[in-house]
Amino acid sequence: MKRSDDFDVRREGLMGLEDAELHARFWELAKQLTAPLIDMGRQYTSPSIERSVLLRMGFSSLEAKELVNICLEKGLLGHGAGHVVYKASRKSGQSIREAGLLLIKGQGWEGLADSFSKEEAS
Amino acid sequence: MSDYRLRPDEALDVREILKDLDRYRPRRRGWTWRKMAPGLKMHGFSYQDASQPLKRSVPLPPAHHFGNIDPQPGPVITTEIASGRFEDDIRRMRMAAHHGADHIMVIRTAGQSHFDGLIEGTPQGVGGVPITRKQIRAQRKALDLIEDEVGRPINYHSYVSGVAGPEIAVLFAEEGVNGAHQDPQYNVLYRNINMARSFVDACESKRVMAWAGMAQIDGAHNANATAREAWKVMPELMVQHAINARFSLACGLPEDLICLSTVPPTATPAPCVHMDLPYAVALRELFSGFRMRAQMNTKYIQSSTREATVTHVLNMLISKLTSADIQSTITPDEGRNVPWHIYNIEACDTAKQTLIGLDGLMDLVELKQEGYLRDQARALKERAVLFMEEMLASGGYFTAVEEGFFVDSGFFPERNGDGIARSLSGGIGAGSLIPRMKDYLAPVTAHFGYNNTGQYGLREGEDPVSLIGGCTFERPEMIRYIDELDETDNAAVRMAESEQLRRPGAKFLKPEMEWLGDGTVMLTLFFPAEEKVAKAAALEVARRMNLKSPEVISLEVMHPVDGTRVELKGKVPFEIAIEELEIPPEPEVMGDGAIRSAIEKRPMAVVCGTVGEDEHSVGLREIIDIKHGGIEGYGIRVHYLGTSVPPEKLVSAAIEVGADAILASTIISHDNIHYKNIALIDRIAREMGVREQLVFLAGGTQVTPELAREAGADEGFGRGAKGVHVATALVKLRDSKK
Repeated sequence: MKRSDDFDVRREGLMGLEDAELHARFWELAKQLTAPLIDMGRQYTSPSIERSVLLRMGFSSLEAKELVNICLEKGLLGHGAGHVVYKASRKSGQSIREAGLLLIKGQGWEGLADSFSKEEAS
Repeated sequence: MSDYRLRPDEALDVREILKDLDRYRPRRRGWTWRKMAPGLKMHGFSYQDASQPLKRSVPLPPAHHFGNIDPQPGPVITTEIASGRFEDDIRRMRMAAHHGADHIMVIRTAGQSHFDGLIEGTPQGVGGVPITRKQIRAQRKALDLIEDEVGRPINYHSYVSGVAGPEIAVLFAEEGVNGAHQDPQYNVLYRNINMARSFVDACESKRVMAWAGMAQIDGAHNANATAREAWKVMPELMVQHAINARFSLACGLPEDLICLSTVPPTATPAPCVHMDLPYAVALRELFSGFRMRAQMNTKYIQSSTREATVTHVLNMLISKLTSADIQSTITPDEGRNVPWHIYNIEACDTAKQTLIGLDGLMDLVELKQEGYLRDQARALKERAVLFMEEMLASGGYFTAVEEGFFVDSGFFPERNGDGIARSLSGGIGAGSLIPRMKDYLAPVTAHFGYNNTGQYGLREGEDPVSLIGGCTFERPEMIRYIDELDETDNAAVRMAESEQLRRPGAKFLKPEMEWLGDGTVMLTLFFPAEEKVAKAAALEVARRMNLKSPEVISLEVMHPVDGTRVELKGKVPFEIAIEELEIPPEPEVMGDGAIRSAIEKRPMAVVCGTVGEDEHSVGLREIIDIKHGGIEGYGIRVHYLGTSVPPEKLVSAAIEVGADAILASTIISHDNIHYKNIALIDRIAREMGVREQLVFLAGGTQVTPELAREAGADEGFGRGAKGVHVATALVKLRDSKK
């Protein structure tokens, strides 16, 4: 899009505002522009977010990567990779770390996928 | 854990830093501002805007005239250190801290933004450093030691961006990194990472940064660096700041850790202060409460380090006239190469010198409350509001980016249709977002967004991490440390190659600009010739000097045909054996008491003056004056003849007053006039038959003792000589003449 500088026309609606009112308008617009982005952040996750959760749960970057890739393949990432490990740990009675390392080796997956919800978060 | 400590008189041992890193824990989290010291008194001066002085530091070059004080300005001072070899950067960090830097920023290696995950080990970088756990741990450990040495906390900083942002944020929080760049708009506009992915990831990253108390710097300054005519993006810069600032607040970062990376948009030969100041004022009014990181303009930087330094100084004038919480320093060689040690230090000194030189400026001047400045500031704010209104009308942030609103070269509302447009369904990581399911769970600290902990019995507000009894944030012993993954590309292999040069303990030395043993030297040459000829001639000089890989790094026209200034870099292919160096002994110094009693036993008179057509007096007065520790203090009678004293007069005055010695100061060195004057005094004294009984001392900033003696003086004194050195020589030489 090309347009010449028509600021003098466009500013007419703003000229009556006090400085403080102009500032308030500025921040109100910023809020409106970012609100949908924040909502998206609440409702979605990503491989990097899930790897960051696994790092915090005590896995190395290499282990976190493998676990997230397996969860992606199995369609489970939307439940949380940390959740998958947590659930496996509860099921087997092993520590979080032991359960996660076994999942990487392909062990402990029996029945795990079926135990997750089929509904999206609203 | 290692008990290695830095000693002020010992080289930093990188080998010690790299030991036991698997067990190293940083001592704190979070950002630290300087402690202000209003009304600070140093050397009889009073400072209005200074912060607390350091325990140990290297002051500005003239400080020896001012009792070696080193006042520190108020803003945190940044230096960017990332040569590609993090192990060599550690020594530079120590130097920078001694010159006043307390914010060490590490630029990432090219391509790390697109690396899907964390990098481990210590591979070599290009244009920056691969940011890894081992690299961070080593540098944070070194900075922990360095901050003890200088007596001020040092903030360590890198980048939380790219497709692995949340993982990097967690890594930084675990390893005590204190600040980071984080701005999803940077990913979108300059790294072509998918928009939706960037913002979703940013929510998690910012929440983690908030937990760790890290300061966040946004990426708006990049619009300035990218736009064709940088001053035209001023309205957009405010919009970019607003989007990241508002978004960050919603993610949990507090206002006082959200720093706007703001650049004075233009540079000379434009009337830059006139254009940049209204923008700086408008920005600080709109964003009151947030912090200002005053970035330097790099858009127009050329290869002249002088020019870059003046731009830096003009930018800091804007900082002083408005405000800066963090003052960046761009190294003046950024227009020629990846910065060298010496230019990081120059840039730190430029910041310190300028900000201290402008201390208390706002006690003297104030910004006008009406007229051009106010009108411009208001208009810029209105343009920014119009920009956001049109974004909303277009459908919001994503559609605005798709329609190329950003980095358009028009001065909004003008548009030139050349903005950076990105598609919501395109870019790296497109399609990688996954909707959270109803039972989505992340049982960790500092997680953002929907998290169904209720399914496991936690009540609203209960910490999700309680499900697993703590994560690495509460229990750092859970962190998995990886040392190296690549057997050939790592610090140990690189360090082995230069081991014979490694200090402490090295027997050999090599010149160095960025890496130990790089052998790089720089030559400054002038040729009475046009550019092309001068460039070729400079390379030929380098070849005959046996410099390897010579490269011209800067050319400046002095006159289109009569002269070109050339700067050239090259490598020397040899090492210097330290043992074989001839290091002149320190000048002999008698004790104050011994000098005084020698003078008491046998009183002494001297005549002195600055010889030739030379009006310099400061150096000689320091040698004489009692209040500067000069020779008067030992009871020596001084007949001071002033400046521009003819050599004959110095000798005849010595005869007239029956002096024991002549002290000649000679500062001007053009055409070796200083040594010619020394020779002349010697000859006149001989002709008058008094040379044998007179002690004759000569000094000046360009005088070397050996050459002064060759020219005919009994002793010579150069830069740094003090009254006690001269008094010692007077006593010893008089005794030898008995």
